[in-house]
Amino acid sequence: MTTITRTLPKTRSTEPAPTRKPSFDVRQILFWLAVGAIALFCLAPILWQVLTSFKVNEDIAAVPNVYFPTRLTLDHYIELFTRRPFLRYIFNSALVSLVSTLTCLAIGAPAAYALARLQPFGGRVIQAGILLITLFPGILLLQGLLEIVQIFRLGNNYLALIIPYTAINLPLTILVMKSFYQQLPKDLEDAARVDGYNTWQMLTQIVMPLTLPALVTTGILAFIFAWNEFIFALTFITEESMKTIPVASAQIGGASVFEIPYGPIAAATVVGTIPLVLLVLFFQRQIVQGLTAGAVKG
Amino acid sequence: MQAASGNTIRAREQRTGFYLVLPAVLLLLLVFAYPILRSLWLSLFSQNLATELKPVFTGLSNYTRLLGDGRFWQTFWVTARFTTISVVLELALGMAIALVLNRAFRGRNLLRTIAIIPWALPTSLIALGWTWIFNDQYGIVNDILLRLGLIQTGVNWLGEPFTANVAVIFADIWKTTPFISILLLAGLQSISPDLYEAYSLEGATPWQSFYRITLPLLMPQIIIAALFRFAQAFGIFDLIQVMTGGGPGGATEVVSLYIYASAMRYLDFGYGSALIVVTFLLLVLAIILCVSLLKARSRKLESLES
Repeated sequence: MTTITRTLPKTRSTEPAPTRKPSFDVRQILFWLAVGAIALFCLAPILWQVLTSFKVNEDIAAVPNVYFPTRLTLDHYIELFTRRPFLRYIFNSALVSLVSTLTCLAIGAPAAYALARLQPFGGRVIQAGILLITLFPGILLLQGLLEIVQIFRLGNNYLALIIPYTAINLPLTILVMKSFYQQLPKDLEDAARVDGYNTWQMLTQIVMPLTLPALVTTGILAFIFAWNEFIFALTFITEESMKTIPVASAQIGGASVFEIPYGPIAAATVVGTIPLVLLVLFFQRQIVQGLTAGAVKG
Repeated sequence: MQAASGNTIRAREQRTGFYLVLPAVLLLLLVFAYPILRSLWLSLFSQNLATELKPVFTGLSNYTRLLGDGRFWQTFWVTARFTTISVVLELALGMAIALVLNRAFRGRNLLRTIAIIPWALPTSLIALGWTWIFNDQYGIVNDILLRLGLIQTGVNWLGEPFTANVAVIFADIWKTTPFISILLLAGLQSISPDLYEAYSLEGATPWQSFYRITLPLLMPQIIIAALFRFAQAFGIFDLIQVMTGGGPGGATEVVSLYIYASAMRYLDFGYGSALIVVTFLLLVLAIILCVSLLKARSRKLESLES
């Protein structure tokens, strides 16, 4: 049996079920239909928002719908940046996401290294705890965090978001980085020790440069989570100039309740999602790696 | 002597390790452990507008009130239904997408990139998009259904209890199926193609090899994906808050919206804490149940296999 399989010519290795029947064509058509359906399913809702954001108001409110706009307009975008402080919202989101991501890496990577290599006291309990809290929904923390925010007078302060975002990204960061350190050959560190490096020098001069790709991977995931977070940003920040994009966009209102500004809302959606679409386009592979390493190995 | 020096090196390493872990542990204790423990403590007090927001010890009265609170059980039921339906559908759809993405074809990388996009986008912005798509007057869903002649008048999607639930579940499936596809695809790629080859030589159909090879070998990834998604869906807030705000008439009000309302709108912090504690315990219970159920099922499949 085994000899037969070995002598058989290999089919393309990524093809799980080799097709042997000549009824090939129908299958091929079905397959490409599936490919098209997936692409349409994933993109259509976003494209509809993009189209809406460039339509003039008459087209937006046309019944039956106008699919492809007769006239393109940038008015909705202009409104976001002139009549509303959208530049400020983008700045807030970027600042909070960047700072919390960097802090998370700075705290999480050493912890992950320690858990992977140094067997610190209570390491197992810490690891079990980390696994458990990855399953915690944010709403369960909201009331307690609100108290902390009030005690330290952090309301309408970037720290009110940076601290929880850092903490919420820590479990995934630690899990991904830990699995990375465990794959790193230990010989390098042993050799460094023989050469007289102390732990700190070894970490900064030998381990850190090797870890850079893994740091990028986890950093991107952390950035995405921070940029997208809603409930803490909604609760801890009430001042208009401090709001982040997700909250500010959700709160766009018209002159009256009956007059919902669909155009600016669509434009806001596009503005708020562009950074993330770019991230996905450039770092698709890292995102996939990070997610699978974090979930499967954790 | 040597053992002693070995011990001190080890002790020193452990001490270094302790210092490296410490900041992370302290931060996690502050942001995760403190709020949960604080809620556990505060749930024994009444702290609301009636007590002028001062905590007054009332024992278990918050919990007895919760047992008789129809609104809580209603939200719990809505949450359980939302979670179950969306996770099951997401697993099925995510599996189908992963199987397609696992094949070799031109443009596979592009499709993989496209298939991650929904997951990466901010839920609240996506919720705005879906609100517009399901709009009763200008929404594209109604427009398509009208053009196809499937409905005669526009459906008030977010304004009717049943359709509002359909809409939020659909939006959630769109948003989070990619997460499941990514995990399952990684699992699929780790299965050796030789297995399928050997199996098909024995005359198995693709469907059989899916059942006998793919599914059992993929079980760890399926369990993990289901568990993660289960916990996330159970705590869903932003999607529903933006799309329906829990309406119409509480038809889509999930537990997290009710907790938010008790704390932020009614300023009933004691009762809010009790809600948090009970939700936390129910979630832990459900997770344990989920894990053991899925594990039992995977063991059954494994025994079938051998």
